[in-house]
Amino acid sequence: MAERVEPEKTDFFLEMKGVSKRFGATVALEDVSIRVAAGEVLALVGENGAGKSTLMKVLSGAILPDEGEMWLGGKPYKPANPLDARYAGVTMIYQELSLAPHLSVEENIVLGMEPARIGIVQWKEVRRRAIEAISQFENPELRPEAKVGKMSVGSQQLVEIARALAYGCQVLVLDEPTSSLTREDVKRLFEIISRLKKQGKAIIYISHFIEEVKQVSDRVTVLRDGKVVGGGDTAAINTEKIITLMVGRQVEQLYPRSLRKVGETVLEVENLMGADKLQTASMALRQGEVLGIAGLVGAGRTELLRSIFGLDPVRTGKIRIGVYTGPSSPMRRWDQGAGMVSEDRKVEGLALGLSIADNMTLSRMPFIVRPARQDSDCEALIRQLSVRCRNPRQRVIDLSGGNQQKVALARLLHHKVDVLLLDEPTRGIDVGSKAQIYKVIDELACAGKAILIVSSYLPELLGICDRIAVMCRGKLGPTRQIGEVNEHTLMLEATGQETGT
Amino acid sequence: MSEEQFKVKAAGETNSNWRRWLNTLGPLLALLLVYMIFAAIAPASFRTTRNLEMIGRQTTIVAIAALGMTLVIIAGGIDLSVGSVVALSTVVIAWLLQKSGMSGVLANMGCGGLSPWIAAMMGVGAGAFCGFVSGALITRLKVLPFIVTLGMMLVVRGAAKGIGREQKIDIEPGLLKWLDELLASVPKEHSWMLVPVGVWILIILAVVTAGLLRYTRLGRHIFAIGSNEQTARLCGVAVERVKLSVYTLGGLFAGLAGLMQFSRLTVGDPTVAVGLELDVIAAVVIGGGSLSGGEGSVLGTMVGALIMTVIASGCTQMGMPNWVQEIITGAIIVVAVALDRLRHRRSV
Repeated sequence: MAERVEPEKTDFFLEMKGVSKRFGATVALEDVSIRVAAGEVLALVGENGAGKSTLMKVLSGAILPDEGEMWLGGKPYKPANPLDARYAGVTMIYQELSLAPHLSVEENIVLGMEPARIGIVQWKEVRRRAIEAISQFENPELRPEAKVGKMSVGSQQLVEIARALAYGCQVLVLDEPTSSLTREDVKRLFEIISRLKKQGKAIIYISHFIEEVKQVSDRVTVLRDGKVVGGGDTAAINTEKIITLMVGRQVEQLYPRSLRKVGETVLEVENLMGADKLQTASMALRQGEVLGIAGLVGAGRTELLRSIFGLDPVRTGKIRIGVYTGPSSPMRRWDQGAGMVSEDRKVEGLALGLSIADNMTLSRMPFIVRPARQDSDCEALIRQLSVRCRNPRQRVIDLSGGNQQKVALARLLHHKVDVLLLDEPTRGIDVGSKAQIYKVIDELACAGKAILIVSSYLPELLGICDRIAVMCRGKLGPTRQIGEVNEHTLMLEATGQETGT
Repeated sequence: MSEEQFKVKAAGETNSNWRRWLNTLGPLLALLLVYMIFAAIAPASFRTTRNLEMIGRQTTIVAIAALGMTLVIIAGGIDLSVGSVVALSTVVIAWLLQKSGMSGVLANMGCGGLSPWIAAMMGVGAGAFCGFVSGALITRLKVLPFIVTLGMMLVVRGAAKGIGREQKIDIEPGLLKWLDELLASVPKEHSWMLVPVGVWILIILAVVTAGLLRYTRLGRHIFAIGSNEQTARLCGVAVERVKLSVYTLGGLFAGLAGLMQFSRLTVGDPTVAVGLELDVIAAVVIGGGSLSGGEGSVLGTMVGALIMTVIASGCTQMGMPNWVQEIITGAIIVVAVALDRLRHRRSV
């Protein structure tokens, strides 16, 4: 299949030259040029709103550029729509997967181009193509007849890549492919990327994780405010340089840590057992400290937070928040001075169709709501968190991911809670927003609030926490001071190889 | 903040203000347009103030029920039992009046039957009770509102027929007192009222409901639940309690619509208002309510109800047969919602 088109190794297989796009008064892209050779991985990095998605939409034919031209395999390339682009060999794999969950793997792979004779699907041919596409992944979960909806996110992603290959794709665009993958799946994905590279595919890799970019890409191009601001060979450019280019300013300290004063214990959990994944957890959280929970996705960290907050059932064990003991409902928890940020802002964290003001104040509304008062409260929070928006009445759905997350966090500030439960508060958001959230977390800790934070991103935990505990297969390990751990020991404990010393 | 950023912000604000105005006035403009069209092509009788009053009176029943439906739909639910509840309400009122009229005790005391106030309140209360039962079933059994209220539609209709013994309940005119005046034409000596009492009741209820939705915690919670129930739960909203209130209020409004229906017919009719819920849902949807929840407004719903009456009235005055009206109304529903979606797509 790889031999169908034989691109010349020396030349760039895909070129975008001088692409510009305006939406009304906003300049989304200005004279952007990028190029990828066959058998090369180009990393495209930039904060949210830098223009990465717009550029990729131009590439995939979803929007037409105002200016600029594109070349694919030496020929001019002008896709009129995404289907057109797909037939030309350009496929996007988006963050949100676009599979039909009720259909099987093979049905998904041939979806839209089912081999058929006079309208009757040739199932043998379907099976043959599916097996051809998935065989190289060597993943036991990928069986042609398996239902996609029942598979892990990582495997679903592979199905999507398999579909791209079955279409004869030459240029593969991966948009934040690892944001919801486990470490294992990430490793597997990287192996597949390097294999595709050897087959001569041109790959564009979009990510917020600089470490990943360093690991997987050959070259880096950095976008900021719709312009290319720099880049080069990955080997020759260091992480600080990339971040500096992305945010356009020196990030002296991404993780601020001011002098915090530890007070009395405000959250205590003893032998907590949940209904499903959470086996046992004991910990104590004090005022003025940030306690991190590390571990793999699916280890039960989210369930721990949800059980504490009353969203998931508790089977046995003891929870104490302030003077209140025992399990409770979210409504009571807010009254008791605890608040939670959900790991999934789209599904649970925010009511996307409602305004910023309603989302920020939802947990604590007076019996009679005065919009003017609501607006002034929210404007203060918007300034405090530098949320980029028009006004408090703007709908949350129109904001970028980072700004949405700030709104979700602002709710806890508006409620003036003392105990903050944060589940992956910086997942999938840009570096600038992350820095802002770290700053607020540090300020809150200094002001004597108690913060419990779950994250899969170890540098972040090591950067902002005072103490860290690791969760592995539903069991929460001992809490350790930040000085006693490093990425290596945490990872060992998270994967259950070492219980620590 | 740089000067450029300021400019962008200012431009964005005027843009959103303009859009907000359009969103509010859009349905009103549509209503005006429909009225103008008929005013131009229908006979002169369509343009009289008398006809305007008539349109108001005809809209009242659907509009009152639609206020309740607006709450239910904004909360992401649906209530298919409205028509049956209206029928039950008329039957309960008539039955109480008739029983009390015949039973010896009260009659002998010279009261001449039950006070119409009590009968009316019981009728409305029966509606609220039906809504409460629907709400309780939806929140306790966790069955979809569509299914629960579909069941309630049959249960309540059956109950109404049972109470009325499958017949209309006629009332002696003496027992009615003011009950038949709610939607009657305004008498000459009271011409300062402009419109009948029933229409005033509708206007007051509409203002109260709009205020409830906009300025109370309950109202904002209704929007939150409809927009994203999980978020509402995360934020400590008493989701079950709010839903229960919403369906109870929906039933209450349906009961009030039943009172108006009774006032117009002056009989308790268990077979009345079949399919009324569809008109009611149409009114909400034409007015910008979204069946997936989180969107809708009282003003929109009122306009939606009026648009349908104006079409009906215009068609009648032009002597068009019923089937033409039905086709036009059906087309309007689809066009209105399609336009609304188009508008939304542009604003995102």
